[in-house]
Amino acid sequence: MNTTIVAQLQRQFQDYIISLYQQGFLDNQFSELRKLQDEGTPDFVSEVVSLFFDDCAKLINNMSKSLERPENVDFKQVDSGVHQLKGSSSSVGARMVKNVCISFKECCDVQNREGCLRCLQQVDYEYKMLKTKLQDLFKLEQQILQAGGTIPQVDIN
Amino acid sequence: MAEVLRPEKLEMSNDTSSLASPELLHVLAVDDSMVDRKFIERLLRVSSCKVTVVDSATRALQYLGLDGENSSVGFEDLKINLIMTDYSMPGMTGYELLKKIKESSAFREIPVVIMSSENILPRIDRCLEEGAEDFLLKPVKLADVKRLRDSLMKAEDVAFENLMYKRELEANDVYSQLKRAKI
Repeated sequence: MNTTIVAQLQRQFQDYIISLYQQGFLDNQFSELRKLQDEGTPDFVSEVVSLFFDDCAKLINNMSKSLERPENVDFKQVDSGVHQLKGSSSSVGARMVKNVCISFKECCDVQNREGCLRCLQQVDYEYKMLKTKLQDLFKLEQQILQAGGTIPQVDIN
Repeated sequence: MAEVLRPEKLEMSNDTSSLASPELLHVLAVDDSMVDRKFIERLLRVSSCKVTVVDSATRALQYLGLDGENSSVGFEDLKINLIMTDYSMPGMTGYELLKKIKESSAFREIPVVIMSSENILPRIDRCLEEGAEDFLLKPVKLADVKRLRDSLMKAEDVAFENLMYKRELEANDVYSQLKRAKI
């Protein structure tokens, strides 16, 4: 094991994950998820976020359909979708997505279709952005493991 | 000569614990969200619980044999020590599930915990009034599960001690009767 390479990768990982917290992509719940992962379940976090991203795609697609025709918007369905999205984003620590959901719900409550469409677009952007960021993070994890190192525990407080 | 009766020869059940297995709580978790199901399952496994996860209140009732499709036959051996259910679910809510469980003679003693992403006081009150053991705000924390587990294990210890004390009294009672009969 090349300790220098491992140390470099670990440092890279640490900096990257801290930046994700600092920029507000992730909140404390993500670190709670990481605590639940161990050597026996090394893919737990990536599996949970993968389920989350699948959820996002599905819910956004459904809500998009409900918002499609201005004269016939099913706000009840949209509200249900936002509620689910807010819940699962909260469970994985996807802070930006969760925050958009808060605004989204407000638009839904007052039946503001334009506002809902803007939020829908934003939530779509945010989840895809986070997906890319986390893919990079998991890639770094893999590189560390392949180099024979261990994934650093990161204290975000 | 009469045979001295020892307590072991009396018909006493050896099933002193309702735990699924020593030290292991069996938890039934109910949530319609796949993300939350995966999360709660891991949370409970990490906390040394045996976990069964279902995706709806209806399935929970099926699992418990309370859906009216089956009689209670075969479900007496089902050892669930705790039920954790999401509040907002399509179809039957966690609140409705709570009521059904509390109405059942077989399962009303099982503690039911409600989980919700919304901190709505009237909702919390309603659930507690209906007999919920606790109301947890999502996302559920490891500390929440640990606290639940500790309080349930403590309740088990108390129940066990009470049972042992009761047996002691019964055994003493038998002994006194034998003495009186001069056996």
